[in-house]
Amino acid sequence: MDIKRVKDYFYWLYFQYLLITCSYVLEPWEQSMFHTITVTVFAMVLYTAYVFIPIHVRLAFEFFSQMFGGQPESTV
Amino acid sequence: IHHIVQNGGLYKKPFNEAFEETPMLVAVLTYVGYGVLTLFGYLRDFLRQWKIEKCQNATEREEQKDFVPLYQDFENFYNRNLYMRIRDSWNRPICSVPGAKVDVIERVSHDYNWTFTYTGRVIKDVINMGSYNYLGFAQNNGACQEAAAEVLSQYGAGVCSTRQEMGNLDKHEELEKLVARFLGVESAMTYGMGFATNSMNIPALVGKGCLILSDELNHASLVLGARLSGATIRIFKHNNMQSLEKLLKDAIVHGQPRTRRPWKKILILVEGIYSMEGSIVRLPEVIALKKKYKSYLYLDEAHSIGALGPTGRGVVEYFGLNPEDVDVLMGTFTKSFGAAGGYIGGKKELIDYLRTHSHSAVYATSLSPPVVQQIITSMKCIMGEDGTTLGKACVQQLAENTRYFRRRLKEMGFIIYGNEDSPVVPLMLYMPAKIGAFGREMLKRNIGVVVVGFPATPIIESRARFCLSAAHTKEILDTALKEISEVGDLLQLKYSRHRLVPLLDRPFDETTYEETED
Repeated sequence: MDIKRVKDYFYWLYFQYLLITCSYVLEPWEQSMFHTITVTVFAMVLYTAYVFIPIHVRLAFEFFSQMFGGQPESTV
Repeated sequence: IHHIVQNGGLYKKPFNEAFEETPMLVAVLTYVGYGVLTLFGYLRDFLRQWKIEKCQNATEREEQKDFVPLYQDFENFYNRNLYMRIRDSWNRPICSVPGAKVDVIERVSHDYNWTFTYTGRVIKDVINMGSYNYLGFAQNNGACQEAAAEVLSQYGAGVCSTRQEMGNLDKHEELEKLVARFLGVESAMTYGMGFATNSMNIPALVGKGCLILSDELNHASLVLGARLSGATIRIFKHNNMQSLEKLLKDAIVHGQPRTRRPWKKILILVEGIYSMEGSIVRLPEVIALKKKYKSYLYLDEAHSIGALGPTGRGVVEYFGLNPEDVDVLMGTFTKSFGAAGGYIGGKKELIDYLRTHSHSAVYATSLSPPVVQQIITSMKCIMGEDGTTLGKACVQQLAENTRYFRRRLKEMGFIIYGNEDSPVVPLMLYMPAKIGAFGREMLKRNIGVVVVGFPATPIIESRARFCLSAAHTKEILDTALKEISEVGDLLQLKYSRHRLVPLLDRPFDETTYEETED
């Protein structure tokens, strides 16, 4: 019963995505093209975030701690 | 919610009109949706031009391709690429009388709405929330139908002539006297078509050298009549009396554009109920302005006659004003009386002038006799002259239905435009995909609604328009409300950010707005 509710909820979310981006009114081949482009763009955004965000966060943390602390970290 | 304060004694009861603002996120997402559709529209047009896909709309033949183009393809861009995709929500054929419930013929399309085929099935007893059947006179049984059938057997169906030649029946004279008595004016004249009443009579009343001040959201018939007349047209903001007063002052002070002569006539064109917004005109203020600046008023009561006012005499009675203050009272018989045609009422000199100078009177065929009898019977029923209280009960039932329906929809959290007392209820949808989805989902649940998009409304403000009727009982309305709430949850339509605390049937006064939670 719970699995059915979860599946219904995900289907409802998919339906909302179709309505907001107006792919509900497109023909099936247009919908496939639109979904491919959206998924590709979204995957590229995720990959960029995965590659760049940890490094930038670490560099920003080091910059601010140098500014406020003023002591170089020991390498031991 | 824009709270309107009572205006110093001109209004005898509170005037509650609200047009909630579009939420910012919804507006942005609507534009995103239209952007996606535009891109796909360009793609499909490109495929159609390069013959990769078959072009199914009208084009010239091969031999005519070198001539001046006959079809302007870009202007129909919206038509081809959005309207066609959701076209199955409009032009649905019905096969029974459009009362509280109607039978709809089922159609299916195999090539994405370019062509339709009938499946052979009829969807029975669809709750009808789209017909302008305000007092429930669209019936195929009862006193109106019997009287009309008798007149049909006596006079036949066709008149075969215009009013000025041989088409002036005694039934028409009887109807005109009755209409004048109903409205409280000296004299009235009736025409065969409501649209033609406006578009053919405004040119007879004003001409070059006159000024027309028309509301922003006036109906196409008023706009057409104003343009045909050749007078100068100035537009004031919808129901905005400051804008109207500024235009009147400028007109009186500056006169005609180049010669600075005074205008021959100034005519203000307003409607009783605006059917796309559900708003009611601020008639007391318009009449006060008209008297102050000595101009004339043309009031189009197409939707408000029969639907407003304690005895159904329209917007003039709703505000408790004198019908002699309005110079030209126009209305139609299509909506509340269940017939066809239009009328104009006013002073006797005006109507006698129109009898000879109106284009409709000279060239258009007069009303058909059974239709005239339907109007006579229904009007007598509303006035109470047929001996029953059916008319008064219908008017009261409509007012109750209106208040109940609007209150319940607002409590559910939908954005509803317009005045609290207008039987036309626009429910905002905003996103283009939801227009088609709403129409289809409601028909699946056996409710027929009218959805409206661009160009009848501004591009992001698409809506579903419900027309209430005295023929709807409370059970029908409850069923409809339950389904609307379900579809609203499914499509996420409950945008309203002002949650009104549900009232316990208190009279609607200003203090109830203090209970609003933001």
